[in-house]
Amino acid sequence: MDILSMILMSVVAAATPLLFAGLGELVTEKAGVLNLGVEGMMLMGAVIGFAVTAVTGTAFLGIPAAALAGAAMAGLFALLTLNLLANQVATGLALTLFGVGLSSLIGQDFVGTPLDRLPQLDIPGLSTVPVIGPVLFGQDALVYLSLLAVGGVVWFLARTRAGLVLKAVGENPAAAHRLGHSVLGVRWLAVLFGGAMSGIGGAYLSLAYTPLWAENMTAGRGWIALALVVFATWRPGRVLLGAYLFGGVTIAQLHAQSAGIDIPSQFMSMLPYVATILVLVLISRDATRIRLNAPASIGKVFHPGG
Amino acid sequence: MAVSGLLGLRLERRANASRAMLLVTPPLAVLLTVLSGAVLFAALGFDPVKALMSYFVAPISTRYGIGELAVKATPLAMIGIGLALGFRGNVWNIGAEGQLTLGAICAGGLALAFHGQEGPWLLPLMMLAGAAGGLAYGAIPAWLRTRFNANEILTSLMLTYVGTLLLSYLVTGPWKDPDGFNFPESRLFNDAALLPIILDGTRMHLGAPLALLAVVVGWVIVARTLIGFQIKVVGLTPIAAGYAGFSQARTIWFTLLLSGGLAGLAGAIEVAGPIGQLQPSISPGYGFTAIIVAFLGRLHPVGVLLAALLMALSYLGGEHAQIELGLPLALTGVFQGMLLFFLLASDFLVHYRLRRVAPPGVRAARGRVGEARRRWTSFP
Repeated sequence: MDILSMILMSVVAAATPLLFAGLGELVTEKAGVLNLGVEGMMLMGAVIGFAVTAVTGTAFLGIPAAALAGAAMAGLFALLTLNLLANQVATGLALTLFGVGLSSLIGQDFVGTPLDRLPQLDIPGLSTVPVIGPVLFGQDALVYLSLLAVGGVVWFLARTRAGLVLKAVGENPAAAHRLGHSVLGVRWLAVLFGGAMSGIGGAYLSLAYTPLWAENMTAGRGWIALALVVFATWRPGRVLLGAYLFGGVTIAQLHAQSAGIDIPSQFMSMLPYVATILVLVLISRDATRIRLNAPASIGKVFHPGG
Repeated sequence: MAVSGLLGLRLERRANASRAMLLVTPPLAVLLTVLSGAVLFAALGFDPVKALMSYFVAPISTRYGIGELAVKATPLAMIGIGLALGFRGNVWNIGAEGQLTLGAICAGGLALAFHGQEGPWLLPLMMLAGAAGGLAYGAIPAWLRTRFNANEILTSLMLTYVGTLLLSYLVTGPWKDPDGFNFPESRLFNDAALLPIILDGTRMHLGAPLALLAVVVGWVIVARTLIGFQIKVVGLTPIAAGYAGFSQARTIWFTLLLSGGLAGLAGAIEVAGPIGQLQPSISPGYGFTAIIVAFLGRLHPVGVLLAALLMALSYLGGEHAQIELGLPLALTGVFQGMLLFFLLASDFLVHYRLRRVAPPGVRAARGRVGEARRRWTSFP
């Protein structure tokens, strides 16, 4: 494989966890719920995915387990914010703090455990095309799944009745409620989906990107995924674009470090975080655009009883 | 709410938050956390009573332990006060950990710059530098939010990672101890750059009274100043605040500068107090735990102080149980997260109540009885 396709492969690998988590959070936010616990859900997905794969020896069990772990965390969030009407910002923060603690508790026996990287599924014939062949057709199953998920979410939100209901719930829950839609039911499902996607995103980190478990290994990716949703102005196609841009920044700084560029590594490592701030500033600058694109009821408590 | 309707109960939003519930729920949340802790200990194969004693009681049963409690509660209370003020105004500074780091860098840099030529002026200067560093770092998300509308939650958090990396660069690069066998640490500060111990036989230092002072100042701001009132109104009803001419931008600037400054001061206190040098990691997540402290303290300065002591105990308990019983240190984080969950869940009781809803016939009859009674009692 030539160097260019190797770099592109690594960009895809760095982007995939962000893509999963960002897409999941987008659907959650489209339903009007702001879940700031992405980091905690990703960590739980990472540790459970890793542990189950290490114990059973197959990622076919590990990945669904990671999705379940993320969804379970999201369920806790949904119970608190949707049924017990707790503040979404505070609960999301609690979810992250809890996820950081619980994942390191579960993961302490798995620190240093070696694991084979998630195998690459070469699509016969196409994966040998120069440069783009391996990048497009020589990836692992989760990368394909993430791309399918982008298409799926685009289709769901734009083309299905359920997608319209979800958006209606996010824009005007009171009206959706009066039309007979279950606001809480829709939001529960959207939050669970977001959790499962974050869980898979976390599992991609611990099963494919690094393959190992380390405490706090998401290193802020959950928060970057939240910023991605804003960057994408709540459009799934742009989450894809944003995730690959961030993947590019991450890989660029890693390559610059290994190429021996005379800048201290810490400053290079700051790049993804600084880039996130810059992107947020550029997008948020236009307050009208944010207001027009953000789901109108985001973050607000809805209580059907009035 | 079909189920509650069936039971003749209806969920109602209270017109005013219940004061009683506001005070009762934090201890309730603590109790539930301790009970869940017992279950968790049992699940991990430890005797729950013994483990709980080792976690919550043993660490503070000595004089030294009390001192340690104060050492850990100091940064938590100091940061928690600032965050609580911000949260009152719906300003979500999540980056206190980063502001603490910048405070530590500024104070520590000063101690290193004047190494060997110190005087009594150094320590106050370090504290000022720490507060200024944290304040400046808090100013960034304030500026980005007021000027560019960028969400302060995300920007302040991203800056935390940047701050930690900056500290890591300094202690592995230019500020590394020249005689330190290449360890990523600065040299040890001289005595003039260290906070004096105020309780013999412990590590309790001058930072503890400073934290108490911060609590008092916080209380004055909340209860006695116009800006404190403005923050509260902006947080509760932004529209009313607009009509009253209270500026949201001013609330954002004030709370982020104040909470940043206090976090920076806490960072300065940490390096001049228990640590005594610059290291890659100068805080076990105080900036994040202070978020829990602010909520557990009901965003009230006195509550924050109590919550800071409790959270300090959770750190101590975690360390103690690790040494004594070999329990994993990560339990501390689990406990802290769990406590916040229980508290948020119990908030439900503060803002809502379940009310019996009588069938319409009974309601009408009750109305007539009430009418008759009113007529009787108003009889001259």
